[in-house]
This record gives sequence, structure tokens and C-alpha cells, in this order.
Amino acid sequence: MKTGVNTEIALTHILTRKRQTIVAALGVTIGIAIYITMNTLIIGTNRYSDNAIFKTTPHVRIYKEDEISKPLEKDSAKIKSTVIINPKISNISKNLINPVKLLDEIKRQPEVTSAAEMVNANVFYNNGKSQLNGVGWGINIVEANAMFDIQSTMVAGDLRTLLNTPNGIIIGVGIADKLSLKMNDNISVISSIGVIKLLKVVGLFKTSNLATDKGKSYMNLATAQQLLGQGPSYVTDIYVNIKDPEQAPAYGKVLSKLTGYSFEDWKAANELFVAGKKIRAIMFTVISWAILLVAAFGIYNIVNMTISQKMNDIAILKATGFSGGDVVKIFVMEAMVMGIIGTILGFLMAALLTNLLSHIYIGADIGYFPIQFELPVSLTGVGVGILVTFGAGFIPARKAAKVDPVAIFRK
Amino acid sequence: MEKKVVLKTKAIGKYFYDPLKFKVLDNISFEAYQGEFLTLVGKSGSGKSTLLYILSTMDTEYEGELFIDDALITGQKVNKLAAIRNKNIGFVFQFHYLLPEFSCLKNIMIPALKLGKYSHEEVEQQAYEKLDMLGIKDQALKPASKLSGGQQQRVSIARALINSPKIIMCDEPTGNLDSKNTKIVFDTFQQIAHEFGQTIIAVTHDIDFAKASDRTIELADGKIVG
Repeated sequence: MKTGVNTEIALTHILTRKRQTIVAALGVTIGIAIYITMNTLIIGTNRYSDNAIFKTTPHVRIYKEDEISKPLEKDSAKIKSTVIINPKISNISKNLINPVKLLDEIKRQPEVTSAAEMVNANVFYNNGKSQLNGVGWGINIVEANAMFDIQSTMVAGDLRTLLNTPNGIIIGVGIADKLSLKMNDNISVISSIGVIKLLKVVGLFKTSNLATDKGKSYMNLATAQQLLGQGPSYVTDIYVNIKDPEQAPAYGKVLSKLTGYSFEDWKAANELFVAGKKIRAIMFTVISWAILLVAAFGIYNIVNMTISQKMNDIAILKATGFSGGDVVKIFVMEAMVMGIIGTILGFLMAALLTNLLSHIYIGADIGYFPIQFELPVSLTGVGVGILVTFGAGFIPARKAAKVDPVAIFRK
Repeated sequence: MEKKVVLKTKAIGKYFYDPLKFKVLDNISFEAYQGEFLTLVGKSGSGKSTLLYILSTMDTEYEGELFIDDALITGQKVNKLAAIRNKNIGFVFQFHYLLPEFSCLKNIMIPALKLGKYSHEEVEQQAYEKLDMLGIKDQALKPASKLSGGQQQRVSIARALINSPKIIMCDEPTGNLDSKNTKIVFDTFQQIAHEFGQTIIAVTHDIDFAKASDRTIELADGKIVG
């Protein structure tokens, strides 16, 4: 019953000033709507751009780091002179030793979702006189597809054809255009050590990246090994995808320890992208909090004003037995009613905005705006809204608790 | 019949510090009895209102001791004092201090709802009874701001009575009323004190009002002079 009368007073105050209540609530509505939409936007765009990255970059790459030769130095008193040499890369081969066993072991790890052996060959594509340079990915195309979803970029041919065509190659549309190649045409590929192979185009792909389309090709592992003049045990990289890409830097260390080779996680390989993502997150967070703060000031303002206008009412309530806490409760409750109405409307408005945005066509391979309703973020938004309005109500309400009724009555 | 003491002060003193240190009340000791209609009179600045607000428990900065119903009030916590006021003291001021958004009935009910002793329905019933006693039952559901000055003051008296407090304190209760309404208020106070046995302590400068009361305490320069 005691809280009942406080609530009753708070609700009466609110109902007698509907317009101000609605204005303050709408402030919160907009604040929360923007907050939720912004955060949803961050998640959506991050998910999209992560996916774009993961179409070409594995979560973790295991490779053999180049070793730099160490200069010989004076190490004992007997040798008077110091031998100085220019440090150079000293390892002859980038080969991973016993790649099949390594791959098996990596695939057995519970965190690993897929892994593939890989040979990277720098090549020239020739057709008649014209020549293009690029990179040939020697990889098991089925495993690669599991990692990079190559199938979704294919415009002609089928990935599986490569498996049963030992001299097959899948090239980017840029290469096909420049060398005027069609499906099933032959292309001569020359490697950096001069090995020439005549390959048959069994597929074409088109990504959102022009440079990739103009230089990249997929071929069988054996083809790439032959182009580099190596045998079937020659593997330069093992690509690994794990369950949670965010854990890649940490998990890379585990894999590195397991295999004894160096690792590069996708974040290290795309530092610029990761930095961009951070900037975007900071920017959006600042904007959404700024708007939320403005909404909070709206609530603060109205509660503050109400208290200033109701000094007499507060005095008589205190005289008739309401404690400072009761008075604070009354005004905080008023703020909370506005806040909760505003937050609920904001939640709905965010859902609507998200839906509208998701129907905007962007083009390229993004298609529609990469945004969808995100429940956790929306619930966080609701929590933030309620918390902020509580604060915006509580700060001025403390003033009401301090009202000295005697000072009011004696005026 | 032995008179029961409801309120007692022991050597109450108070200073004002602004603009200069100044003793407004000096060694005030008196007792108020159950069912007594007591008036405090004195010139402006004699300290009578200051004394009333100390008695009301709202002003806590004083020296000496205050007892209500034999319980020491001095030094109690603010929230405890609020509860004591809620239960034991009703207030009537020169201005009505009704909450403008609420109906007369709600205004009267609020202190009782705060007390929480009776259900909402019971409180409503009691509020109607008080309004009936004061002859304004027909105004019950009107907003407090729509009533005349005399009616508003009667609503505020009803509000002071709702929790059946032992003491009703008034600061110039008729200061804003015409003679007809003053008479109504005075008669009501007489009835409250003598029929219901509640104590009334009223500050007034209306000499006729004071003379007609049971007892008058006169203050001058912060001291009781009669």
C-alpha cells in the first residue's frame, strides 16, 4: 500500500502533463532507436566485411617463416678480427615437412572446422602474345570451397570438374577477358622458375575485387607443385579455419606450438581492415551515446522542472509524513514511466528502421544492405534506455528529497 | 479529571544565524493537554511560528527537548520523524497546500494511504465522513483547485484529520479567510478538541480567535510571557 500511494501520485502527475511526458518519451524513443539501429548496423556491416575477408583469407595460416642468416661475430678472445657478412634469407625451401601428418593432426583439433594444404605459385598467364602475371592457388578445391565459399563466386563451370581434370584451372573473369579466353580454352602458365604448363579453363569466377579477378586462379595441388618443380610432398601453407574467428590470434599460437611452424592470423594479415572496423565501432558508439544523452537530458529537464514547480506539493507531502525516499521514488517513477514508454517505442522503431534499411539495394555482391534484427543488441538497448532514464530521473529527484518544508511554509 | 499531557517541551531554544546570530526562542517550556484548544499568539517576530515548526518535528535544529505522547522526539532520524508526523500530527496552514492535480477526496486520502493502516475502500469511506462533517461532501470529486478559499481550507482540515492524529497544528489557519469561514473553522476546531479529544495548537494573530480558545500562550522576543 505504501508504494501504491507513491505510484498513484507519480501517475497523476504524468497524466496531468501528457504533452510534456510524450515529448520526453519521444526523445528517449529516438535515442534508443538510433542506439539499437547503430549497433545493429555495426554488427551487420562487420559480419558482411568479415565474410568478405574470409572469402580470401583463412582464419589462421601455418607457414614456414624465412630464416635470416646470423652474422659471425667475435666470440672468444682468441679471434682478433670480427667477421661481418650481410644477413640473407638462409632457408632454401619454404616446404613444410610431412604436410599430410601435420594436416591430419590439425584436423583432429576440436576447435578446427576445416583445414587445407596449399601451394602458392607466382605465375604468368599466356595466350599467344599477351601475358598477365598473377598467383596460382594450388589447393584441394573442395576443401578450399568449404573455407572460402568459392562456389558462390563461380560464373561458369563447376568446381568439381577441377578434381577430375588434372590439367584444369579456374581463372578470374579479368584474366579471361584480357586473354580472351572462354570455357574449355587452353591457357599456358609459366612459373617463376620457368616451368611451362598448358592448362584447360574449367571454370570462371568473379569476386567483388577487380585485382583478384585479374590475377588469381585455382589449380590442383599437383599442378602448382609441378610449376614450382617440386614433388607431391611440397606444401608451403596450411590454411585453417576455426569455430570462432575472433579467437584466431590466440588459437594460432596453439597451432604454431603444435606444428612447430609460424602462423599468421587473419587479423594480423588484415590490420588495416581491423583498424577500420575499430574506428567504425568507436564512431557509431559515440554517435549513439550522444543521441542517448540528449534524450536523457530531456528527461532530466522535465523532472527537474516538475520538481521546481511542485515545491509546495513536496513540502506538504513531507509534512504529512512522506519521507525523502518516498519523494525521490515518486519522481524517479515519473522518469521511469517516460523512459519505459520511450524505450518500448524506441525498440519498435529500431525494428522498423532495421527492416527498412534491409530493403535498400546497395549493389555489387553486397546486394541489399547487410543488416538484420539483432535480439541481443536490441535487449541491451532496452536495458541501456531504462538505466539512462533512471539516472536522468534520480539526479534531479535527489533535490526533491532535500526540500525543507519549513522553508516553504514560512515564505 | 486529570489532564493527559500530549506534548511537552523542555527549555527549547533556537538561534537564527542569518544575517546575524540571534536567539529567536529562549527557554520555552510548556505542556499541551489532550482535548485542548491551545493558541500561540505574539507579535510578528516573537518566534511563535518558529516554535510551531519545532513542535511539528519538521524543524530539527534547536536545543532543549520535545516530547510527544511521553516519547522523546528530539534527535530522532528524519524518516522516523516523517512517520511520527504521518501518524500523530495533522497540519493546517494559512494557505491550503492542496495538490492541484488531485480531487478533494484524493487530497484527503493521501496521508491515510501513506499510513497504510486501512484499505483503499476504508480510507475513502473515512474521507467521505470527514468531508461530510465539514459540510463539503458534495465537492468531494472536484479538483482541489476549483473550490473557493473557505472550502479549500476545510478540505485541508479534513486532510489533517484523516489519520485521527493526537495533535493538529495550525499556522494562521484563518489568516486568509473571511469572517464567515473563520467562524466555520473555529467551530470545527472546537468540535475536534472537545468532542474528539484531539489537541489543537494554533498560531494566530487574530485576537478574537485566540480569546475564544481554551488557553493562550503569548510569546514576546522568544520568551513565554503569558
